[in-house]
Amino acid sequence: MKEIRLHGRGGQGAVIASQILVNAFVIEGKYGNSMPFFGFERRGAPLSAFVRFDDRPIREKTQVYSPDCVIVVDPTLRSAVKVFDGLKGERIAVLNDRKAIDQIDLPESMPESVNKVGIVDATKIAIECIGVPITNTSMLGAFAATTGWVKLDSIVRSFELFLNPKLLEGNVKAARAAYEAVQVRELVTL
Amino acid sequence: MVTEQVKHTSNAARGVGKVTVMDGNKAAAYGALLSRVQVLAAYPITPQTPLVEYLSQFVADGALKADFVEVESEHSSLSVLHGASLAGARTFTATSGQGLALMYEPYNRTPTIRLPIVMGIATRDGISPQCVWGGHQDAINVRDAGWIQLFVEDNQEILDTVIMAYKIAEHPDVLLPVNVCYDGFYLSHMADRVEIPPQEIVDEFLPPYRPTHQILDPDNPMSIDPLTPNELFMEYRYKHLQALQRAKQVIADVDQEFASLFGRGYGGLIEKYRMDDAEIAIVGIGSPVGTARVAVDRARDEGKKIGLVKVRALRPFPREELVEALRNVRSVGVMDKNVCFGWGTGVLFMELRSAMLGVPKPPATVGFIDGLGGSDITMEHYARAIAIVDDSANGLAHQEITWLGLEEE
Repeated sequence: MKEIRLHGRGGQGAVIASQILVNAFVIEGKYGNSMPFFGFERRGAPLSAFVRFDDRPIREKTQVYSPDCVIVVDPTLRSAVKVFDGLKGERIAVLNDRKAIDQIDLPESMPESVNKVGIVDATKIAIECIGVPITNTSMLGAFAATTGWVKLDSIVRSFELFLNPKLLEGNVKAARAAYEAVQVRELVTL
Repeated sequence: MVTEQVKHTSNAARGVGKVTVMDGNKAAAYGALLSRVQVLAAYPITPQTPLVEYLSQFVADGALKADFVEVESEHSSLSVLHGASLAGARTFTATSGQGLALMYEPYNRTPTIRLPIVMGIATRDGISPQCVWGGHQDAINVRDAGWIQLFVEDNQEILDTVIMAYKIAEHPDVLLPVNVCYDGFYLSHMADRVEIPPQEIVDEFLPPYRPTHQILDPDNPMSIDPLTPNELFMEYRYKHLQALQRAKQVIADVDQEFASLFGRGYGGLIEKYRMDDAEIAIVGIGSPVGTARVAVDRARDEGKKIGLVKVRALRPFPREELVEALRNVRSVGVMDKNVCFGWGTGVLFMELRSAMLGVPKPPATVGFIDGLGGSDITMEHYARAIAIVDDSANGLAHQEITWLGLEEE
């Protein structure tokens, strides 16, 4: 079983992204589930969502405290929330940032907590493809490229179950663009 | 009445359905859809709100041929269903927390006039301190209003149990309403893999409702729930209680029939997990049972002879089944997501302890309270609980009731 934690802010679609991800795993014949952290529902407030997937039924009904991967939908969250806490296993971080991968100022703790990082300017891609800075679908494209755990096609096919039909085309474009654009680097652990 | 092996994947060829992803509210809505309910009335309240939206959508799309009555309160939603059910319709509603409180009067009347209404409760803690999050307190507080109350563990079980609930409620030996209680947020908002059973097989399992008892028929007028004096009142109460006890066999039978058609059974009143050679056990109810399975597996890997008993039916209380399931264990830990104010314990703990009265060499019982107000019952909390149960089995000192969420602070 692998565990994924998504970090976003209210209104950025992190919860829907977690549901799309579950559907993508199920399309591929796996089991998966996701649940949001149930806090105060406010636009802009930090929130998280938890995804688990496996070849066997998922039985745990708890939050994810030790993720194999974190997806950080909003670049400003890294200074507000301990997004890398508890990483285990492959220790992958998929980040939304406009900086190039060698220019990004990662927190000091990061080389110890993250093994592999994928960075994409999801905000720019979302504005170009959808017209609004809603980065959830772009980040899913970046997730697929960075982790290799799920096919981009399975993610894109899952959009129609969760997204407004009018926004489908733009979101598919955004996911594909982020899949291509994400820069992936293995970090040297100290 | 207990099956040791519960199948979680479908292998009944005819009953295999389409696999998709949905949250618990949608699973409940699909259960109502596949049961071909004819009248719906519901008022939105967190965390049940999406269920009302899904049902409205089903009706608007024509997928569900039902009258959806938009009401101004929960008191009205259940009262509307009283009329519809008395006119012979299969009916559905759902609520949570404060909504259930506002429904209190018709809620109490539903079972006494023996209406086979099925109602979801997306369980919510509170009412005060003000809280929208999960906890079993709302459903627990009305456990003795005379309804059947079934608690479920995951979204597939929500969908399947709504369908089974009609078969139980409408059974001539029962004729009582059923609550399908699913954890608010933990299940209501959890996206999960769910198999939608084929409609034609559900139809075979659950034929249309044909009332023969309480009917509002202009050609054959009858008075429903008139002033009921003394001995007649006592007789009604007695018969109601008898019916609730008869429901035990029906719940078990319906589960077996469901399993034979769809390949998924849930054990009826309770489910035993790894209990064969267990020396200690955890007893749980609702969605935390899923986490408990993993905790039990891990403790088994460490060499502990531990099992798990899941309580599906809180009402009627599976007294004999629990006594039988736990007769060979030395100590039992009960996980409650509610409180019993009168005893300073959880309700399930106190009821299990009552069930053990008079049993020769009963197991020690240890109580745990956790998961109130949406707090997370973690794997570490279960590990701690198991350690305490182990201490109790070994005669070591331990508290009778441990509040797991508060211990760490």
